[in-house]
Amino acid sequence: MGARLCGLALFHLKKANMTLKTTPLNAAHRAMGAKMVDFGGWDMPVNYGSQIEEHHQVRNDCGMFDVCHMRVVDAKGDGVRAFLRYLLANNADKITLPGKALYSAMLRPDGGVIDDLIIYFMSEQWFRIVVNAGTADKDIAWMKQQAAVHAPGLTITSRDDLAMVAVQGPNARAKVWQVLPQTKAATEGLVNFQAADCGEYFVARTGYTGEDGFEVMLPKEKVEAFWYALNKVGVKPIGLGARDTLRLEAGMNLYGQDMDETVGPLESGLGWTVDLKSERDFIGKAALLANPPSKKLVGLVLLDRGVLRGHQKVVTAHGAGEITSGSFSPTLEKSIALARVPNGVQIGDTVQVEIRDKMLAAQVVKYPFARNGKAVCSL
Amino acid sequence: MSNPSDLRYTESHEWVKSDADGTITIGITEHAQELLGDMVFVEAPAVGRKLKAKEECAVVESVKAAADVYAPVSGEVVAANSALDGSPENINSDPYGAWIFKMKPDNAADVAALLDATAYQAVVDSEAH
Repeated sequence: MGARLCGLALFHLKKANMTLKTTPLNAAHRAMGAKMVDFGGWDMPVNYGSQIEEHHQVRNDCGMFDVCHMRVVDAKGDGVRAFLRYLLANNADKITLPGKALYSAMLRPDGGVIDDLIIYFMSEQWFRIVVNAGTADKDIAWMKQQAAVHAPGLTITSRDDLAMVAVQGPNARAKVWQVLPQTKAATEGLVNFQAADCGEYFVARTGYTGEDGFEVMLPKEKVEAFWYALNKVGVKPIGLGARDTLRLEAGMNLYGQDMDETVGPLESGLGWTVDLKSERDFIGKAALLANPPSKKLVGLVLLDRGVLRGHQKVVTAHGAGEITSGSFSPTLEKSIALARVPNGVQIGDTVQVEIRDKMLAAQVVKYPFARNGKAVCSL
Repeated sequence: MSNPSDLRYTESHEWVKSDADGTITIGITEHAQELLGDMVFVEAPAVGRKLKAKEECAVVESVKAAADVYAPVSGEVVAANSALDGSPENINSDPYGAWIFKMKPDNAADVAALLDATAYQAVVDSEAH
């Protein structure tokens, strides 16, 4: 048996590797029977047994994810909104309700995606930003470089003192309130994509699974106790394996797979997050206007037997495309994918995917594939 | 879980069982299924296909990855386990029962030369460190 396409570094399982970065939950993962893998330089749990069971656990009940490797950044000072309005492709002016969050791409001047991130409007002097683990250092360097020119009074602080746990699923919020009853009053009324600053606990109604739930930021030294307390009330730990199938079913992009610095947001399914209509200028806007995309991101469901994977070639009547993320969908019990294909390809078309030496049929569908416990895409 | 002592093994994590009729049965080991995780697709080689030792001939895919299965010795494929089409997860629950294909080896001595359970365990242990 030999590795072929390794979505999660299959053969990088290590019992102990001192060169990998660890989160404050590392010992807890091992105690809970996690299989640990090298995930972009981090020693992280890929599963605690069955990845498919963990996936269903989140869709049907709730589960918790260690997302301490992601980075919290605080941007503070007068003019922080104006700075973000220029820094990001989505418009920070859209969020006016305190605690409200906005998903956005951060672009290079040539339109390539530096990262995708979430910003939270806490006050006109404070926006909180959450960025991806693998891109955190370059993101912060970029933000500081831009702030030095456009908003020299701002402070941009990497909150390395904070940890983050995502609790996701239909019962997730109730479980968090069981463990943190002191946060309930402030978080009960949160709408989707809104956060509350509850002192030591920053509780956001956000996630990466297509389910309801919270992402909780808290002091690093408290996260292990929080993790075990959640487990005690029945919240099961979920590995990165299920995190990937949950986000793929929910039609959420993964940075580094579905987009990166070499492609723009418009060909990465992120057109809905890019505001090209207003007068507002932002980094990358001119490049996006000058280069209308010839490709777009679509969903695929495999009609034949097999498994769609990233980088497989897609053959369409309008030219070739490529799968950016593919896997088996535990909810649909079929293989699904996101693929970048020529603009002419339409929902409902049948395309061919080259898998090893065969051409297999797949149908183009509108994604998400599944959300809130149910399949939402029909063939 | 220990590896059955009546089987032979390859360094690439296939197990090989010698059958009474001179054919051999091939699957992937407990260690291999553990590495791959939940299995969702198995593609066995076509019956009648002639294989050389170490040739890629089958594919097993879990939710997270695809892996090649290699012919342990040279020979001809004489059967494929179609039960795995509908229940690939049997490889997870019963790796030494859920066989993938059977071969008629060109040379029976090739099978005897494969790893025994102790030697295979040493391969597994060396990968873990």
